Amino acid sequence: MDYIKAFVVGGILCAIGQILIDKTKLTPARILVIYVVSGVVLGTIGVYERIVDFAGAGATVPLTGFGYLLSKGVMEAVSKDGFVGIFTGGMTATAGGITAAILFGYLAALFSKSSEK
Amino acid sequence: MKMTKKQYQQYAESKADKSKLWLDMFNAFWIGGLICMIGQFFLNTYMNLNFDKEIAGTLTSITLVFASALLTGLNVYDNIAKKAGAGTLVPITGFANAVVSPAMEFKNEGYVMGVAANIFKIAGPVITYGIIASVLSGIIYLFL
Repeated sequence: MDYIKAFVVGGILCAIGQILIDKTKLTPARILVIYVVSGVVLGTIGVYERIVDFAGAGATVPLTGFGYLLSKGVMEAVSKDGFVGIFTGGMTATAGGITAAILFGYLAALFSKSSEK
Repeated sequence: MKMTKKQYQQYAESKADKSKLWLDMFNAFWIGGLICMIGQFFLNTYMNLNFDKEIAGTLTSITLVFASALLTGLNVYDNIAKKAGAGTLVPITGFANAVVSPAMEFKNEGYVMGVAANIFKIAGPVITYGIIASVLSGIIYLFL
């Protein structure tokens, strides 16, 4: 059942992105920015947590989930460390994904053949 | 219904646009949904291996980012993306693809000003606005 929920909710989030691509002139970078910021906003007001509880990876895999993780990290760090948590929480919570992207991106460039220009 | 040639053309185009939108949405839905389902599989697997929920989530992200980097390197991801549109953009694999693609593309400009300077060409804005939003979120949380 959790697979079906992940499929449907994740699929809907992607279909909404497709409407933005087809109906607006937003570039992929802008759409990703909108998704992350939406995730932070929905995470801060506590809505996204409920979507995650329902859909699991269907809510955490789309980039809104990345935003949710940022907001969750910052709020946890603020309750634990106070003011300084504002500066540490977001990055700490998302460190794994960002580091993986840098590392594997660099390795992919290292091993790929240089494209001819 | 009588129409001039131009009116007919507009009518036909609007119909074609509409069906194109539904087809694009359908492809984004099932391919994006499938990626999330694969994510759910890894999440369940890591939780069954007794990792706690947060660590399992991080491991899932790392796994998906790795898979996306590999498929981007093999030129497979971008071929799927042509059909999937937002279905391969919105998941974290799309974020990884946005890191890997420019890193590979700018290799011939060197490893510092080519690969490293361009690696965050698209992901940079995402992280910048994400972090700024999270700081605002933290400030609101601190004072509420």
